[in-house]
Amino acid sequence: MHDFRDDEILGKAYDSRLMKRLLKYVKPYWKQVLISILLVLILAVLNPLRPYITKFAIDDYILKSDYSGLTKLTLLLLGILFLQGGLQYLLSYITEWIGQKTIFDLRMEIFNHLQRLALRFFDKNPTGRLVTRVTNDVESLNEMYSSGIVLVFGDIFTILGILYFMFKLSFELSLVTLSVLPLLFYATFLFRKKAREAYREVRTLIARINAFLQERFSGISVVQVFHREEKEFEKFDRINAKYRDANIKSIFYYAVFYPAVELISALGIGLIIWYGGGEVIKGTVTIGVLISFLQYTEMFFRPVRDLSEKYNIFQTAMASAERIFKLLDTKIFIKQPENPVKLEKLCGEIEFENVWFAYKHDGEMISDDDWILKNVSFKINAGEKVAIVGATGSGKSTIINLICKFYTVQKGRILIDGIDIKNIDEKELRKHIAVVLQDVLLFSGDIFTNITLGNENIKIEKVIESARLIGADQFIERLPNGYFEVVQERGANLSVGEKQLISFVRALVYDPKILVLDEATSSVDVETERVIQNAIGKLLENRTAIVIAHRLSTIQNVDKIIVLHKGEVREIGTHDELLALKGIYYRLYQLQYKERKSKLVNVSGTAK
Amino acid sequence: MRSLFELKPYILKYKKLIFLGILSILVSEAFYVVIPILIGRAVDNLKLGITGEKLLWFASLVIGSTLLSGIASFFTRQTIIVASRKIEYDLRNDFYRHVQSLHYLYFRNKRVGDIMAYATNDIPSVRNFLGPGIMYSIETVIEFIVILAIMFSMNFKLTLLTLMPLPLISYLVYRVGKILHEKYEDIQEHFGTITTVAQENIAGIRVVKSYVREDYEVEKFRKLNFDYMMKNIKLIKVQSLTYPLMILITGISIIIVVWYGGYQVIKGAMTLGQITSFLIYLGYLIWPMIAFGWIVNLTQRASASMDRLLEVLKVEPQIRDTSETDFSIKEIKGEVKFKNVWFKYPDSESYVLKGIDFEIKQGQTVGIVGYTGSGKTTLVNLIPRLFDPDKGEVLIDGINVKKIPLKVLRESIGYVQQEVFLFSDSVKNNITFGVDSVSDEEVFEVAKIAHIYDEVLEFPNGFDTVVGERGITLSGGQRQRVGLARALIKKPKILILDDSFSSVDAYTEEMILKNLKEFRKGRTTIIISHRITAVKDADLIIVLDDGKIVERGTHDELLELGGIYADLYLKQILEEELEKM
Ligand SMILES: Nc1ncnc2c1ncn2[C@@H]1O[C@H](COP(=O)(O)OP(=O)(O)OP(=O)(O)O)[C@@H](O)[C@H]1O
Ligand SMILES: Nc1ncnc2c1ncn2[C@@H]1O[C@H](COP(=O)(O)OP(=O)(O)OP(=O)(O)O)[C@@H](O)[C@H]1O
Ligand SMILES: [Mg+2]
Ligand SMILES: [Mg+2]
Repeated sequence: MHDFRDDEILGKAYDSRLMKRLLKYVKPYWKQVLISILLVLILAVLNPLRPYITKFAIDDYILKSDYSGLTKLTLLLLGILFLQGGLQYLLSYITEWIGQKTIFDLRMEIFNHLQRLALRFFDKNPTGRLVTRVTNDVESLNEMYSSGIVLVFGDIFTILGILYFMFKLSFELSLVTLSVLPLLFYATFLFRKKAREAYREVRTLIARINAFLQERFSGISVVQVFHREEKEFEKFDRINAKYRDANIKSIFYYAVFYPAVELISALGIGLIIWYGGGEVIKGTVTIGVLISFLQYTEMFFRPVRDLSEKYNIFQTAMASAERIFKLLDTKIFIKQPENPVKLEKLCGEIEFENVWFAYKHDGEMISDDDWILKNVSFKINAGEKVAIVGATGSGKSTIINLICKFYTVQKGRILIDGIDIKNIDEKELRKHIAVVLQDVLLFSGDIFTNITLGNENIKIEKVIESARLIGADQFIERLPNGYFEVVQERGANLSVGEKQLISFVRALVYDPKILVLDEATSSVDVETERVIQNAIGKLLENRTAIVIAHRLSTIQNVDKIIVLHKGEVREIGTHDELLALKGIYYRLYQLQYKERKSKLVNVSGTAK
Repeated sequence: MRSLFELKPYILKYKKLIFLGILSILVSEAFYVVIPILIGRAVDNLKLGITGEKLLWFASLVIGSTLLSGIASFFTRQTIIVASRKIEYDLRNDFYRHVQSLHYLYFRNKRVGDIMAYATNDIPSVRNFLGPGIMYSIETVIEFIVILAIMFSMNFKLTLLTLMPLPLISYLVYRVGKILHEKYEDIQEHFGTITTVAQENIAGIRVVKSYVREDYEVEKFRKLNFDYMMKNIKLIKVQSLTYPLMILITGISIIIVVWYGGYQVIKGAMTLGQITSFLIYLGYLIWPMIAFGWIVNLTQRASASMDRLLEVLKVEPQIRDTSETDFSIKEIKGEVKFKNVWFKYPDSESYVLKGIDFEIKQGQTVGIVGYTGSGKTTLVNLIPRLFDPDKGEVLIDGINVKKIPLKVLRESIGYVQQEVFLFSDSVKNNITFGVDSVSDEEVFEVAKIAHIYDEVLEFPNGFDTVVGERGITLSGGQRQRVGLARALIKKPKILILDDSFSSVDAYTEEMILKNLKEFRKGRTTIIISHRITAVKDADLIIVLDDGKIVERGTHDELLELGGIYADLYLKQILEEELEKM
C-alpha cells in the first residue's frame, strides 16, 4: 500500500506493446496521420537533396566556371528550401494537433475511469499519485507525441534518404564511411543500458520527494505543533541528497556519450578525407562528391546526437504510458448487475441478511480477525428512523458504506425494498440516498456550490430553507458574502462545526428517500443540535433515516436502536426496551447520564 | 529576468566548479573550431595533389582534435551540470525548510497543489537554466564569436552575405519567443487549474459518489480539458514556425555560400577548400542558432519560475524566534494567561476573539465550551503560536509566548487538534511522530491511556499497520485516539484537547477521561468540548460566545449563575429526562 513501485515502473524507451496501444488513440485521426506520413516521406527526399545538388554545383558548374548554370541551380535550391520549410511547418502543426487531440481523449478516459473505480481502490492509492496520472503522466506523453514521434520517424526516413543519395553518389565511399556505424550502435546500446538504470533511480526518488512534500504540506500544522521542522527537514534532506547523487551519476553517462558520438562522427570524417581523398587523387571520385559526403555525415550524426535528449522524453513517456495503462487496466469496480432493477418509486425499506464483511479484495484471503461485520442482520421498515450505536471502531460507518454500495459484502445480502442491492446499479441506488459522511469534505468554491455540488436543479431558496431548518443559516448569513462566501481548500476557513452543518444542508437539499447521518452533529454545539432535534420531525418526514451518534441525546426520537459491538448486532429495540434489557445500551446510557440526575434537582431550581 | 540574479549566492557557492567548467568549455571549443579549417585544408591540398600519407595526417588531426575537444566537454558536464544539480539540491532544501516554517495561515490561503507545483515544476526549471542553460549559452556565444571571426578572416564579403539573415533571426526569435512565452504562461496556469480540479475531485471522491455527481464532475473536467487543448493548439500554430524558420534561414545562408562562394571560386578569389570550411562552419552555426532560441525560452521560463519561488521565499515566517526571544528559557511550568487578547483572521474584517482574559494555574484543568464557531479552536491555536494575537498578550509562566523559544514552547505543549491529521505511515510511527527514540513500552503505555491499545493489536499488523492517506482506513474514533496518543507521548506540560472525544462513544470517553486523570497530574490541561461531561470536573470552565468570554467559573458556580452554561447543561439533561417520560 505504502510503496512507490508504481512510480518506479520503467518501461523500455520503446515498447512495441505500449506503442501499439498508444497508436489506438490516434486512430480517430487517421486522415491527419496519413497526411503527416506523406509529408514525412516527401521531406525525407527533400532534406538530403541539398548536399546532392551541391555536388553538381561544385563538379559541373563551379569547377567548370559556368556562372549562369550556377545561378539557375541556386534558384532551384531556393525553391526546394522554401518547399521544405513550408512542408515542415505543416508537418509540425498536424502532428502536434494529432497529439493534442489524442491527449485530450486519453485524459478524459483516465478521469472517467477514476470516477468509476470503487472506494477500495482509493483507500490504497494516495490522491497525489492519481492526480499525477491525469496531469503530468499525460503531459509527458504529449511531449513524446509532439517532439518525439514525428521527429524520430522523420529522422529515420531522413537517414534512409541520406543513405539513398550517398550510395547513389559513391557506393564504395558510402560503405567506408558507414563502417563506423557498428561502433555507434554499440555506444548507443551501452549508453541506453546505463542511462536506464540511473533513470530508474532518479524517478523513484523524485516520486518519493513529491509524496513527502505533499504529505508534509497537507499536514503542516502537525509538523509545526509538534515542532518537528528540524527532524522533518533532516528526513527531506536525506531523500533530496539521494536524488541529487542519482542525477549526478546519470550526468556521467551523458558526459561520456555526447563526446563519444562526436568522436565516432570524426572517425567517419577522417575516413572520408583519407579514403575519399585517395579516391579523388585516383580520379574515381570527384571533389564535389567528397564535399557532399562531408555534409551528409554531419546530417547523419545529428539525429543520433539528439537521441540522448529524445531518449529521455521517450523513456519518461513510456513509463508514463505504462502507469496510465496500468491504471486503466485496474478494474476494481463494484460489480455491475446484469439486469439492473430500476428503482422507480423507492419506499425505503432496508434489510441486512446475515451480512459478513471485511475490507478485502475479492480474491484475498480473509482470516477470522479480518471480519469487520459478522453475521449482521436487521430490518428497517420504510419510513422508520433507526439509530446505530456502538463503541468506536465497531463497524457503524462500515454499515453505511455497504448500504451505499461503496463496498460489496462477502457473505449475506443487503436488500432495499426487498431487492438485493447486487441487482441495483450503484448510481441508481445512491440517487435515493443522501449521506452526511463522518469525515466532512468541502471543496474550494463557495458555500452554495458546496451545498448543491453544482446541481442546477437545486435553487438558492431551497438551500436557504434547509439551512434555516437546521440552524445553519445564522452563521452563513453573518458571513460577508453569505451563501456565496468563498470556501478554501477543504473548508479551511470554517470551524469544524460549521463545516458539519454545511454538509448536513447538502444532504437535505438532495431530498433523499433514505437519509443517513453518520455523526452528523458530533462537533456542533448543544444549542444548534437542539434546533436540529426540534426540526427532526420535519426533516425526516417521509424518509427512512439512519442516525449514527455517540451522543445519545441525538437519537432520542428514533423508532429503533441497533447496538453494534465488535461488528456484531447485539441488541435491537426501542430505547425503553433496551434500557429494560440492561445490556450494552443501558450501560452506555448510564455512563453518559450518570450523576446528572442528582444535579438535576438543584439545577432546575436555579436556571432561568 | 532580474529575479534570476537572486541565484547569485547559490552560484557563488560552487564558483570553483563553475569556473573550471567554463575553462573546459573554452578548451573544448578551441579544438572544436579548428576542425573545419583542417578539413578545408585537406580539400585544397587535394587539388594541389597530395600524398596518401598527408591525407592520413589530416584525418588523424581531425580525429585528434575531436578527441581533445570531447575530453574537455566531458569535464564541462562533470562540472557545470553537476554544479546545477547541487544548486538544485540547495534550492529545494531551502525551499522546503522555508515553507514549513511559514505561517500556518499561509497554507490556508494557498492550495497545497500550488505549493507542490513550485517544488515540482519551478525548481527544475530554474535548474535547467543553471545547468544546460548556462553551459549552452557560454558554448553558443564562444562558438558564435570564434566561428564568425574565422569566417570573416577567410572572406569578409562572403561572411557578411551569409550573415544577412542573422538580424532577421534575432528579430524572429524575439517575436516568436515573446508570443510563445505569453501563451505558455497562460497554458501553465490552466494546467494548474486542471491539477487542482483533479486533486479535489479525487480527494472528495466519497462525496462525489455519494451524491452521484460523477457526470457533473466529468463535464466540468471536460470543459477545462477542452479549453486546455484549444489553448495548446493555438500555441502550436506559432510554435511550429520555429523549426521551419531555422531551416529556412540557415538554408539561405548555405545557398548564398554555394552561389556567391562558387562565383568567387570561378573568379579565383577563393578556394574550394574555403567553401567547404564555410559550409561546415555554417553547419556548426545551425546548432547555436537553434540553441539560442531554446536558451531564450529556457531563461524566460526560469525567470518566471524564479519569480514564483521568490514570492514564496520572500514571505517572512511571522512565527519564529526573534531578538526578543529569551534563549535562557529551557523549560516551562505551564501557567497560561491570556491578557485582553484580540484576534482576527487576515482578510477578514471582524474579530474572532474579542478581549479574551483568563488565567490557568500550573497543573489546573480548564474547560472551554461555546457555540459552533465561537472561537474556541482559534483561542487555543494561540498557545503553541500557530498564530499570534493582534492585540493583547498570551503569557506562559508570566512570560509572553513570543519570548519563549519556539522549540521550548512547542515541545512542552501536547495539542490534539480538532481534525486529526495522520500520515500514511504505521500506527506506531504516527504515535511517535513528535518524539525521538522512544521504547515500544512507552508507545503501548500512551496507547493504553488513549484507549486504543487493544484495538490496534487486533489490526492485521498491530502497531505496524499502515494507515491510508490522512488515516483514511481508520474509523473516526480510532483516528482521534491515535492523535491523542501522539500528543500524550510527548509528556507535555500543557495538554490541549480540542473536541477530542467527538467521535468516540461514551464508554471510551469515560475510560480515556479516567486514564487522563492520572496523566493530567501536574500538567496544565485545556479541554474543549461540546459535551459537558468532559469539562464539568475542570477547575475553571470558560464559556465563549462570539469571541468573548461570557461566563467563567467552576461547574457548580456556573450552574448557580444560571446563564448559557446552565442552560446547555439543563438541555442535555432535560433531553434525557424528557426521553424517560
Ligand atoms: N477503508 C478501510 N479499510 C480498511 N479497514 C477499515 C476501513 N475503514 C474502516 N476500517 C476498519 O474497520 C473497523 C470499523 O470501522 P468503522 O469506521 O465502521 O467504525 P465505526 O463504528 O464507524 O467507528 P467510529 O465510531 O470511530 O466512527 C475499524 O477497525 C477500522 O479500522
Ligand atoms: N482561516 C480562517 N479564515 C477566516 N475565518 C476563519 C478561519 N478559521 C476560522 N474562521 C472563522 O472563525 C470563527 C471561529 O472559528 P473556530 O474554529 O475558532 O470556532 P470553534 O469555536 O472552534 O467552532 P467549533 O465548535 O465548530 O469547532 C468561525 O466563524 C470561522 O468561520
Ligand atoms: Mg464511524
Ligand atoms: Mg473548533
